[in-house]
Amino acid sequence: MKLIYEKSSPGRRASTLPSYDVPDVEVPHELAREEPPRLPEISEPELVRHFTELSTRTFGVDTGFYPLGSCTMKHNPRVNERVVNLPGFRDLHPLQEAEGSQGALELMWRLQNDLAEVAGLPAVSLQPAAGSQGELTGLMLMRAYFADRGEQRHKVIVADTAHGTNPASVTMAGFELQKVETDERGNIDVAHLREMVDNDTAGLMLTNPSTLGLFDEHIEEIAAIFHEAGGLLYYDGANLNAVCGISRPGDMGFDIVHFNLHKTFSQPHGGGGPGGGPIAVRDRLEPFLPVPAIVRDGDDFHLDYDRPKSIGKVRGYCGPFGVFVRSYAYIRSYGPGLREMSEAAVLNANYLLARLKEAYDLPFDRLCMHEFVLSARTLKKEHGITALDVAKRLMDYGFHPPTIYFPLIVPEALMIEPTETEAKETLDAFADAMIEIAREAAGSPDLIKDAPHERPVRRVDEVKAAKRAVVKYGFEDHPNLSAEHAEPRELEAQKGA
Amino acid sequence: MAAAESYPDDLRYHSEHDWARIEGDEAVLGVTWFAQDALGELVHYEPPEDGSDVSRGASYGEVESVKAVSDVIAPLSGTIVAVNTKVVDEPETVNTDPYGEGWLVRIKLSTPSEVDELMDADAYRKFVAEQ
Amino acid sequence: MLAAVGVSSIEELFRDIPEGVRFRGDLQIEPALSEQELVKHLEELAAKNAHTGAELSFLGAGIYDHYVPAVVDAVLQRGELLTAYTPYQPEMSQGVLQAIFEYQTAICELTGMEVSNASGYDGATVAADACYVAKHVTGRSKVVLAEALGPQVRQVVKTYAPGFGLEVVEVPHRAGATDPDELGEAARDAACVIFQQPNFFGVLEPAPDLAAAANEVGALPIAHVDPLSLGVLEAPGAYGAALAIGEGQAAGNYQAYGGPHYGFIASRADYVRRMPGRIVGETTDVDGKRAFVLTLQTREQHIRREKATSNITTNQTLLALAGLVYLSWLGPQGLREVGETCMGIAAYAKERLGLPLLFPDQTTFKEFAVRVGRPAEEVIRDARGKGVHPGYSLKRDFAGMEDALLVSVTEKRTPADIDRLAEVLAP
Repeated sequence: MKLIYEKSSPGRRASTLPSYDVPDVEVPHELAREEPPRLPEISEPELVRHFTELSTRTFGVDTGFYPLGSCTMKHNPRVNERVVNLPGFRDLHPLQEAEGSQGALELMWRLQNDLAEVAGLPAVSLQPAAGSQGELTGLMLMRAYFADRGEQRHKVIVADTAHGTNPASVTMAGFELQKVETDERGNIDVAHLREMVDNDTAGLMLTNPSTLGLFDEHIEEIAAIFHEAGGLLYYDGANLNAVCGISRPGDMGFDIVHFNLHKTFSQPHGGGGPGGGPIAVRDRLEPFLPVPAIVRDGDDFHLDYDRPKSIGKVRGYCGPFGVFVRSYAYIRSYGPGLREMSEAAVLNANYLLARLKEAYDLPFDRLCMHEFVLSARTLKKEHGITALDVAKRLMDYGFHPPTIYFPLIVPEALMIEPTETEAKETLDAFADAMIEIAREAAGSPDLIKDAPHERPVRRVDEVKAAKRAVVKYGFEDHPNLSAEHAEPRELEAQKGA
Repeated sequence: MAAAESYPDDLRYHSEHDWARIEGDEAVLGVTWFAQDALGELVHYEPPEDGSDVSRGASYGEVESVKAVSDVIAPLSGTIVAVNTKVVDEPETVNTDPYGEGWLVRIKLSTPSEVDELMDADAYRKFVAEQ
Repeated sequence: MLAAVGVSSIEELFRDIPEGVRFRGDLQIEPALSEQELVKHLEELAAKNAHTGAELSFLGAGIYDHYVPAVVDAVLQRGELLTAYTPYQPEMSQGVLQAIFEYQTAICELTGMEVSNASGYDGATVAADACYVAKHVTGRSKVVLAEALGPQVRQVVKTYAPGFGLEVVEVPHRAGATDPDELGEAARDAACVIFQQPNFFGVLEPAPDLAAAANEVGALPIAHVDPLSLGVLEAPGAYGAALAIGEGQAAGNYQAYGGPHYGFIASRADYVRRMPGRIVGETTDVDGKRAFVLTLQTREQHIRREKATSNITTNQTLLALAGLVYLSWLGPQGLREVGETCMGIAAYAKERLGLPLLFPDQTTFKEFAVRVGRPAEEVIRDARGKGVHPGYSLKRDFAGMEDALLVSVTEKRTPADIDRLAEVLAP
């Protein structure tokens, strides 16, 4: 399919603009644009067709089952799209005075309370723009907290199963990273942890349930180790969908929690964003939260900037407000029954696990939480079929593949998260396909190796992409990459979340 | 095309899968067949600066495939006297000829006695077989 | 399903959770609402907000009420684009990958740069990202900010700086604009300087001179630009900026009380391996057919982990897509016309209001600051009582500007709207 720039025709346009009877203003010559940007020149019908065609070449939750582990690809209720587009939310300026934005402030205040309740921690800032920014904000709070106490602590410990964002955030916050290993039941190796923690340890970042989909059975002991050493516990909320109303991070002993509103509280993922990464903290960390705080004063709401110990701002204004509207609507549609969401998610995952554990390797044979990790190790050893091959073949069956090659400690990993919004029939159809692929691996491996067969493109040459780094259209100088023929290569697509 | 597996007898080896060819008071360094095979086709080489110091066991550069990035560990200490610009331009040279055109840097040795601590080809072959 | 799992109750599924950390109470969340009740509840909240459809607004200061065409809404309602995630599996995601590639192209065209990422969180966080790039490129640990750079942007950079090991220095404005000599002096041992064009006061900075002053001393010049100014104002790449960043909201996003929007970050080709976040590249499939894929991923956190160029995974694809649709709707001629119309309306407003200008000697784009002769907050309160929001009180961010009001227009404000504002502000 052509790029929109390749459909351009000089002088064509979709826009009509008002023109007013006002004087022309000249831009000083030295500041004026010389060469106009080569934006598309296209009519509205062609523009609409272009983006419609792009949409048909994209697979979303609306298209079908999307069990991408650790991404919580649940259905996005359409009522959320309706309410976020109410003019009172959509067309509200972020610098409007408090008297003119009471509805927005009240909504955020209510969402803060709901998130505090789910976290089991009293104070919330909605500001961070995504989970990874929530992590960074939480680590900044750790810095500010210890600095305020006159303590020098440099190390932050992260599990070897952690998302890549954890170690990256540790570095960006100016801490030194230490890695703790996983034991044979898929829990943190507590003995190893105990050796590592000392008075230079600022804290631990942990996802619980972990990226293996397992709840850490020693969480109380882990919390005690840190609290005795004066450190703080950070909860990566990527997997919160497993435990809402069932176990609260604050009750587990965590001091700082980030939420992924786009996962747990149903934000359309939009092809990669937007997200939302609010954080909840214990009282002693509350003074350091970003400004402004949203506070209630009688029946009025306002923004409080007068917070001398605050770390400052991590994002413009109050954060991604539209994300808040959707997540608040989502939570209110469940009410106190939010735990039913997690119960269904965990039931769905365990059902799928039970159906698949014979056909694939299961590195940790326990009940899972909202997701589980299988391995294609035996398929690879016996038939040369890798996790990547299984993923590609699933496309032919009409499913989005699970997360693959993550967590890093499981070879040939397939990380599957069905979410609570899938019916048993869908889970069965997916399980049937997975089992069929394992059979095909023995009988007709080439069918899998050549997959996918029915997508707009077949397997793509990532080496060429990385070497040539063609990252924009070059107009008349654009290279013809098809002339340089691709070699079939064995590639393992990586993924982070 | 990727080279066939080999570990030449005239080289010395480090456990991080790096090799050294000793030439008087200088050494040529690179990564072994085993290392390039584990990484896959290389797409980028981030070389050290000419004249910079490298120390045994520490990273002096990076090589990348599409799926992984790896520090290149110096098997010996010294000062960089040459960087292989062919590999900067065509990183896949390391895959096709890891011990020839795919060398990474040339150093002037600062502690020649370190050579004795490296493995010979037989020891390294045994080491690789255990991986 | 329970039988297939081999448990007898839902409760048993959670047996690995120690009893000491089980939550046995009821969540204190208000009762569940049906869809119809939910809509009513949110309509009631929304009705308490004075939005720009209900109040004639001249608020800007970083977020702007430009027209968003119907095609943007139409494209964003396509469920496949709305509900997909990051395109890890290229065969399932050619549509969104191609859209990002086209977005990257549009940002490079606007800014005169060679590389754009797939978007950042907003116009403030991309400034912090750019500082991280500059730190690694130059090996220096000081950042110089023009004081006329938006306060939200400066605050975010200052919050990130300690973790990055960066010291932040600000260069004051002189009568509304940044002095190139002063900026160059401060930039001597700096990793980068960030200035805004047009700046926070709406004033046109001597951007080429600012970039030259930074380049002369080896600091990376970073231009924070309004995308809708780039049909009439020179592209940062053309005057020597190393990176161009900005808030994308004005181009295709609603105001939405500050987000979600998209920030853009683009650079010269030299810095591609230091760029944060996702980048889409062109390649071919095994049949030689054109295909798109996430590329240069070894920069990113899921591979390079603690040594990554950034911790970003989620970007703002849906909002960036809105930006691409909007810019495609405008085209180059439309972009130029929007810029000219904004400048024309702003000039008419300056004249029509007849109030003393805060910076009378400066050329401005779509915003300008006036003195209202009494505390600006009072003026805002009185005007809002008459259904007009007259602008932003600069006292919020700048000492000595108690009576200064930053008035912002877009192509949505008509001459009749300006006449109404003049009436309301008349002493």
